[in-house]
Amino acid sequence: MPPSEHELRLRERLGRLRNMPLLGGAKLSGELDRLQRQLDRIRQQPTDEDIWRSVQLARHEERPYTLDYVERILDDWFELHGDRGSADDGAMVCGLGKLDGRTVALVGQQKGRDIQERTSRRFGMPNPEGYRKAIRVMELANTHGFPVISLVDTPGAYPGVAAEQHGQGGAIASSQAAMARLTVPTVACVIGEGGSGGAIAIALADRVLMLEHAIYSVISPEGCALILWRDAGEAKKAAAAFKPDAAHCLELGVIDGIVPEPEGGAHTDPDAAARLLTEALRDALDDLVDVPGEELRRRRAKFRSLGVFA
Amino acid sequence: MAKIDVSIETDEQPVPPPKHPNTCPVCHSHYRDDELEQSLWVCAHCGHHFTMRARARIDSLVDPGSFVEESADLHSEDPLGFFDLRPYVERLAEAEMSTGLADAMVTGQAAIEGRGCELAVMDFSFMGGSMGSVVGEKFSRACDSAAEHGMPLVTVTGSGGARMQEGILALMQLPKTVCAVEDLRDAGQAMISVMAHPTTGGVLASFATLGDVLLAEPGALMSFAGPRVVESITREKLPDGFGRAEQNLRFGHVDAIVPRPELRTTLSRLLRLFDAPE
Repeated sequence: MPPSEHELRLRERLGRLRNMPLLGGAKLSGELDRLQRQLDRIRQQPTDEDIWRSVQLARHEERPYTLDYVERILDDWFELHGDRGSADDGAMVCGLGKLDGRTVALVGQQKGRDIQERTSRRFGMPNPEGYRKAIRVMELANTHGFPVISLVDTPGAYPGVAAEQHGQGGAIASSQAAMARLTVPTVACVIGEGGSGGAIAIALADRVLMLEHAIYSVISPEGCALILWRDAGEAKKAAAAFKPDAAHCLELGVIDGIVPEPEGGAHTDPDAAARLLTEALRDALDDLVDVPGEELRRRRAKFRSLGVFA
Repeated sequence: MAKIDVSIETDEQPVPPPKHPNTCPVCHSHYRDDELEQSLWVCAHCGHHFTMRARARIDSLVDPGSFVEESADLHSEDPLGFFDLRPYVERLAEAEMSTGLADAMVTGQAAIEGRGCELAVMDFSFMGGSMGSVVGEKFSRACDSAAEHGMPLVTVTGSGGARMQEGILALMQLPKTVCAVEDLRDAGQAMISVMAHPTTGGVLASFATLGDVLLAEPGALMSFAGPRVVESITREKLPDGFGRAEQNLRFGHVDAIVPRPELRTTLSRLLRLFDAPE
């Protein structure tokens, strides 16, 4: 059974409360406890089965990809190509469009539908040139005051010889650094797979959202299983251990909200999924659009507060 | 479809592991502990750079008695209750016992040939130098300390990447450290990054490559994806020296390769150029 909308709202609220820096004061912690108890009553933590179901839905071959959302969410989409250095990476799409009459820049990884497109887009795994294209477009948006939307859907950055020779690690770092410097509102949403460094490169945003059945993780379940269990077949166990599902990410304060999907997953009704995503993006941008640019850089404080230690 | 993730290689061993830690994996020369200590863990015969522990590294770089450690008491928690073949807490306790460190990074203030700086030095012996919440927090605080004291930050990295056992919070240490570097930059302070073997995955893809000056040790592996991952996913034939410091210099990703015995002098020159306080 997928989580109800009520539960998602509760989790979102709980996540927000947990994130408040001054928490610990009596009033708020009472509120937190109340919410937590309510949530516990509705449903226990996602089970290992629930987590694995999200892993499968996040990678479902009919799941809507970035451009499927672009055509449903944005008007007047104009794709921008090339990193102005050496290449145009099909695994990363960037462009301008209108959302509710407001010009926005959008960046996102793009997977392919058929064999040919999958190969040309390298299964949504960008090369450094892809990240450099995203940096270029985000900086363009900053210059002109356009909010930035990023849609994250990648198994990870491409692990190729040329990718390494062209500075994959540095490109991912630079893309995050560029996002940390933006003075326009930024909203990121993990729509499918949020695979590690390849994902966070374009997810250092003021608001980070996840679709209900998206996953966001430091490593793929197979990769984790291979390293820690020495057996990629233990992927399900690995996923249960590192919990890449949206509910856990929200509770850990890693994301700010969960975007509901149509019953059965986004692929069952892409139009409805796009409507839900549009609503979430609109809400987030409405919250941010009047915040002065220098204040938006406080997104750094949010990311600098992430972590658990004693 | 390729599904193995590309960024994490905590157990990457690019050279075949030697039979004994004091045996050079390249030329098989064998050394006593005191000989290695004397040579800064560089093979006197072939120049191979052995992995160097954080405390020894600090001793080799700073003016005697000048190092004041910070945030030494930070310990990892186990936010996910992570259990693979063994519980994460057990792995942590074991690493703490065997290294005498609380986690994989040591930070503090120091002077190098009379110039003040903030130091953040990683230790590969602590769970492969993997970056979890504690490494991220220590680095973040080191940036603040550097900004506050008006000193450049010098980092020495040796890491397989993000610490899987902390799940998504480990990934969040990438943007966390990136944001800390950006705040340091806004405060007008320089960062000098020294990448030792290996600096891969999430550490390479975050603060390590964001220094104003990037230095590498000879032979250091500096790739986002480890050679085995690249080979197994792409089936590409790896060129000689794939991902090594020398290749990174050739392709323009580092400013200089500095042999370990020259590192102290090099850092001192850079600190002078960046007008670090005396």
